[in-house]
Amino acid sequence: MIVRPYGDTTGDGMVQVSFTLPVPHDRRAEGAALQLAGKMGLDPAMVVHAKQMGTGFTFFVVYGRVSHLVDTDRVTVVERDFPLLAAKDVNAAVRSRLRRKLVVVGACIGTDAHTVGIDAILNIKGVAGEKGLEYYRELRVVNLGAQVPVPDLVRAAGAEKADAVLVSQVVTQRDAHLHNTREMSAAFREAFPAARRPLLVVGGPRFDEAMTGELGVDRIFGRGTTPREVASYLVHALIERKKAA
Amino acid sequence: MTAKLALDADQVARARELAAIAGAPVVELARSHTTVAVERATLRLAGLGGADPDGIPWVNRLVSAVVEQVGLEHGVSGPVFGALARGDSTDLVALAQRAAAGSVDFTVPAGKARTAAHRLGTRAVRDGLRTVDRRRAERERLVKRLGDPPQRPWIYLIVATGDIYEDIPQAQAAARAGADVIAVIRSTGQSLLDYVPEGATREGFAGTYATRENFRLMRAALDETSKELGRYVRLTNYASGLCMPEIAALAGLERLDMMLNDSMYGILFRDINPVRTFVDQRFSRQIHARAGIIINTGEDNYLTTADAVEAAHTVTVSQLLNEFFAHEAGLPDAQLGLGHAFEINPDVKDSFRLELAHALLARELFPDAPLKWMPPTKHMTGDVFRGNLLDGFFNLAGVLTGQSILLVGMMTEAVVTPWLSDRDIALQNVRYVLDSCGGLHEDFVPAPGGFVQKRAATVLAEAVTLLERITDEGLLSSIADGTFGIMKRPPDKGRGLDGVARRADDFWNPAVALLDGGAA
Repeated sequence: MIVRPYGDTTGDGMVQVSFTLPVPHDRRAEGAALQLAGKMGLDPAMVVHAKQMGTGFTFFVVYGRVSHLVDTDRVTVVERDFPLLAAKDVNAAVRSRLRRKLVVVGACIGTDAHTVGIDAILNIKGVAGEKGLEYYRELRVVNLGAQVPVPDLVRAAGAEKADAVLVSQVVTQRDAHLHNTREMSAAFREAFPAARRPLLVVGGPRFDEAMTGELGVDRIFGRGTTPREVASYLVHALIERKKAA
Repeated sequence: MTAKLALDADQVARARELAAIAGAPVVELARSHTTVAVERATLRLAGLGGADPDGIPWVNRLVSAVVEQVGLEHGVSGPVFGALARGDSTDLVALAQRAAAGSVDFTVPAGKARTAAHRLGTRAVRDGLRTVDRRRAERERLVKRLGDPPQRPWIYLIVATGDIYEDIPQAQAAARAGADVIAVIRSTGQSLLDYVPEGATREGFAGTYATRENFRLMRAALDETSKELGRYVRLTNYASGLCMPEIAALAGLERLDMMLNDSMYGILFRDINPVRTFVDQRFSRQIHARAGIIINTGEDNYLTTADAVEAAHTVTVSQLLNEFFAHEAGLPDAQLGLGHAFEINPDVKDSFRLELAHALLARELFPDAPLKWMPPTKHMTGDVFRGNLLDGFFNLAGVLTGQSILLVGMMTEAVVTPWLSDRDIALQNVRYVLDSCGGLHEDFVPAPGGFVQKRAATVLAEAVTLLERITDEGLLSSIADGTFGIMKRPPDKGRGLDGVARRADDFWNPAVALLDGGAA
C-alpha cells in the first residue's frame, strides 16, 4: 500500500518536526529554519513556534507538507515467526516436550545498571499487566541483575544448565550495547560446543531486531516486548531445536 | 506547613522507635569494622592525592601495600604514620611511591613509636578536616552574600555529557535558565570502580567521572555564575558505590553542596556487599555532616523496580532508616534530603491523588528535612507529549505538597540524554506551575477522613508493620530476602566484601577518632 503522512485529510502529507539551531532568534534564524525544513523535504513549511534559549540557540517547531510516498509492502520487519502462547500453554509445552523445567538466566551486562528491561520480562510483577517469566511454573528463572561481567554470566549459565540466556541493554552510549552483545555471544561460542550452547536472546530499546546474525545471537527483542512473547519464543525455539537435534 | 493528614502521633513515634531498633545493630556493625575505602578516605583527608603512571591513585597503592603486610584490621594510619615518623619518607606521596616499589616495611607501631605515629597522623587529618571546615564557612559566606533561591522548591537539573569541559557551559546555561542545583551525573559504572579517577576527564559513559579536579572545576565555574546571577547555585554529585567515603571527603574538600548518599542503594542496585556499604556509609555521612553537605537519599529507585502503589510503604520505611542512620552520623534534619518519587502508573485510577497522599506523608513525617522530589521515569514511554503532561502533574504535586528540592523531569526520559531544548521545555513547565500556583499548598487541605488522609494512614500503617517484621528478622536478613526493591542481597555476598575487616583491639584511624569524638 502506498501512503503519505496524514494530518487531517487523506494524502495531505503533513508532518511536524522540532529542532534547535545554534543561532539567536531573529528573522534570519527563522529563514534558516525554513531552509532546513525545505531541505528535509517539507514544502510548503511553516515555522509555527520559535523561541530563543539562552544567548545563542533557538528552538523551532515547524509544520509542513512532504511529497514523499511510502510503500508499506517494501518495508522489511522481523515478523513474529512463532505462535503467541498463553502461560498455561507455555507450561504445558515445556512439561510435555522438555519434561523438565526450562532454565532461563537473565542479566544486564557491561556497565548498564538499568534493570527495568530485564525485570519487566523476568520479575513476577511483569509489565503492562502481563506477569513476568518467574510466574511461569515450568520455567526456572535466575536473574543475575545489573552490571554482570560477561565471564560471570557464562559461568552462571553453565552452572545453572541454562536453556536460554536473556540479556538486557537499556542505557547505551557510543553503541556500547552492540559491543557488549558481540562480546557476550563470542564468549558463549567459546565456552560451549555449538549443540550445548544456550539460546542467546538480547533485548532493549536501541537494538535493531534484524541484527541477529551480525551480533551472533539467536533473537533480538526491541521496544515494547512482553514477557509472553519471550516465553512463546523460548518454547518455539527450544522445542524446534530439540526436534532438529 | 500545618498538619493536613491528621497522622496518628503514637504511630509516627512507634515507626521512629522501630527504625532505631532495626538500625542499631547496623550502627554497631559500622562501628566495629573498617574498609579499604574508609582507610583511603582518611589518607585523602591527610593530604595524599595523585596517582601512579598507570592512573592508580596513591591512596590505593599505599593502602594495598599496608594491607598486604599487616592486614586491614589495625587501620592503615598506624603503620603509615609510623613509617613517616621513623623517617622512612618525607611525605605521604614519597612513602606511597616507595611502598609501591616494595621498599617499605610496615608494622603496627607500639609504645613510643605509636605515640609519635598518632601525633603525626592526627595532625595531618585534622588539617584536612579544617580545610573541610573552611569550605563550609566559605559556602555560608557566599549564601549570605548572594542568597538562597527565592522560591521553594529549589530547581534541580542534571547535566551529563561525559566531558567536564562540555558540562561546564551546560551547567552555567542551566543555572542562567533557572536551575538552583546542578547535579553532574556520574559515568555509568563508576560506582563499581574501587578507586577514584584522577584529574579532569573528557570521556565518560552517560555521565562524567567524579574526580577531585572535576569537582573543583565545576564549583569554580558555578561560583562565577552565582555571582553573575546573585544567587548561590549549588552543586551535587554522588557519594555512592565502592568509594563512598573517598568521594565524600573530596566533596567536602572542594565545597560540593549536596551529595547523593543512600543507606541501601549500593546494596540493592549495585550489588555492593551490605557490610561494606553500611561501614562506608556511616563514615561518609560523618564527613557530610562536618562539611554541611545536604545528602540526597535514593528512595525513588525502589519505585522504579517495584510497583509504586504496592511498595509505597517501603519508601517510608527506607526514609525512616535513612533518617536514623543520618542522625546517628551527626546529620541534622536540615541536611536530610530524603528522597521520594512520582512513579505511580498514570493508568491507575486516582493515581494523582495517590501521589499527593504519598508526597504529603513524606512531608509531614519529616517536616524539617529538605525533601527531594523525583520525577516520573518508569512510565515515560517515549511519547514526549504525554511525558510533558505527566511532568506538569509531577510539578503540581510538588507544589501542592510543599516539596523542597524538585528534580526537573524531562519529557525525553528513556529516549535520549536531555537535549538543550528538552531542558528548556522542562524548565518552562516548572516555571509555569511555580508562577501560576506556587502558593497553592495553602489552599490544598485534604478533606478529613477523605481519600488522601486515608491513603496516607494506610501507607504509614503498612510501614509500621514492615518495620516490625524487620526488627524481628534483623535488617540484614530483610535485605537478604528482598524486602526493598525486590532485590535479594545476602550479607556474605556482593562486591567489595574483601575490602572489609573487623577492627582489631589496636585499631586506630585518626579520622574516625576525630569524627566520632566530635572535636578537632
